[in-house]
Amino acid sequence: MKVLSRIGFWLLVIAIGLFALFPFYYAIVSSFRSGAELFSVAYLPERFDLSNYAAVFDRQPFGRNILNSIIVAGAVVAVSLGLGITAAYAFGRIAFRGRALLLMTILAVSMFPQVAVLSGMFELIHSLGLYNTLPGLILANLMLTLPFTIWVLTTFMRELPKEIEEAAFVDGATPWIVVRRVFLPLMAPAAVTTGLLAFIVSWNEFLFALTFTLTNERRTVPPAIALMTGSTAYELPWGTIMAASVIVTLPIIALVLVFQRKIVAGLTAGAVKG
Amino acid sequence: MTSAVAQGDVPVPRRVRGRRSSLTRSRVRAAWLFIAPSLIILALIAGWPLARTIWFSFTDADLNNLSDYEFIGFENYLANYDGEWLGLLTDPDWWRSVWNTVWFTLVSVSIETVLGIVVALILNAAFPGRGLMRAIILIPWAIPTVVSARMWNWMLHDQFGVINDMLLRLGLIAAPITWTANPDTALWTVVMVDVWKTTPFMALLILAALQMLPGDIYEAARVDGVHPVRVFFRVTLPLIRPALIVAIVFRALDALRVFDLIYVLTANSRDTMSMSVYARQQLVDFQEVGLGSAASTLIFLIIALLVVITLAAGRVRLGEDPR
Repeated sequence: MKVLSRIGFWLLVIAIGLFALFPFYYAIVSSFRSGAELFSVAYLPERFDLSNYAAVFDRQPFGRNILNSIIVAGAVVAVSLGLGITAAYAFGRIAFRGRALLLMTILAVSMFPQVAVLSGMFELIHSLGLYNTLPGLILANLMLTLPFTIWVLTTFMRELPKEIEEAAFVDGATPWIVVRRVFLPLMAPAAVTTGLLAFIVSWNEFLFALTFTLTNERRTVPPAIALMTGSTAYELPWGTIMAASVIVTLPIIALVLVFQRKIVAGLTAGAVKG
Repeated sequence: MTSAVAQGDVPVPRRVRGRRSSLTRSRVRAAWLFIAPSLIILALIAGWPLARTIWFSFTDADLNNLSDYEFIGFENYLANYDGEWLGLLTDPDWWRSVWNTVWFTLVSVSIETVLGIVVALILNAAFPGRGLMRAIILIPWAIPTVVSARMWNWMLHDQFGVINDMLLRLGLIAAPITWTANPDTALWTVVMVDVWKTTPFMALLILAALQMLPGDIYEAARVDGVHPVRVFFRVTLPLIRPALIVAIVFRALDALRVFDLIYVLTANSRDTMSMSVYARQQLVDFQEVGLGSAASTLIFLIIALLVVITLAAGRVRLGEDPR
């Protein structure tokens, strides 16, 4: 009985692992095959052919797409953290009237459906002359990352002991110095966590990137992959699409494996503790 | 969810009265200064666009020329021309998308909750390789939705797809299934991919709750010889219920907004179109900013209503049980 339940447990673990990993594994296997090979199913990699990977960069400005994604995600993370840490200090450490209401309002923004702001955002980006530019995407993506950055950093900020800034204030430091000298170093781990989450959100963002860009050179990776077509509409270059998918997923998987604990901490801080 | 905000005690240094109040005042001033940039940006990129979207829903604006429009009242929602009712609320495609979205949300979140609990219970057990397992289940969550939709598109290909091949080999189906094109399977296919992608999120939130449970209850149950299944339903489930509800609400709000997955997996197919896909199609493909904004506004109202109900319920719960 005990042995049986042990075996059942491990079968379940293996099944979950296979279910989670198989699509990515299959994408890798497919990315090494091309032409007529793709018309048959292969479960194991047969050879190591990188021609699809070369084709991704040949047929379209995929290098440019990746660079765009990095620029947008990097800027979104930097701005979110910069604004988020100062705002979180105010929300987490200073009592002022209307604080709870403001924090709830900011949390409410993170519940906004993206499509609810789509036409207004389209007009805003147009009137600022940012249509089909990266700054336009950076601005739009901040709507998705800034609210939860403030929220998660505030929960972290609250957990720091009360005595921390008292000594500094007694010595006559201004709040700005306290944030920079005392809290910035203390918040570094939390900033890494929220920064990672913001990076992943921006890296994966699709609706804004699809709607606010026009030319392939300005697209980020998700719309570039979604709109990838072959010579005809009915003949999708699956090998190339899989190669592109593997390329953009690998860095994210590396991040997840390295920062696993931090990501989980950030996800749960945003939802459970708050 | 709201507890930390409502009860947060902020350290105010206890010092001589006069100095304390001036210090407090300068800190409050600093607080507003620190918050101002974030508030201004959020007002600009969230508040203003939302207000404009709602305004556009009462106009006949066109995407090609957004500055030239007329106020037409509720005609985008419902209008009567010569005895014939027109507008969003009479469009069967809109109601179809509402139904699709609600069905998708109910089915996918239910499956994800059950599977999430199973995965969380497994990850809560001590076994060699637990850390690795936790990293593995994070991978589907981290893969961009667009990419996972394309990966599944390929796996579900009607002629060369690996899923059909597996099922044929196992003898479970007689002929290949056109997963995403067939109206009977299309929405189930979307649910399946969503379950694959978001169960990890659910599992991790539930796992966090499980790890906060006191161990001595389980010790007592074990000593008394209570069956593990009974322990789960009588002890574990009630204890993790608050966290479970938070996780379900988060997921449901996300599912109601679904766009990327459906757009890439099945394009603008009527069989699977969600509310967000419908709104974007009107707005961008048909250039009907007025009608699209009306749909967007309704989506916003539906989700806002749910958030308000949840927050109210949360407040009642906190009122009963002050932490």
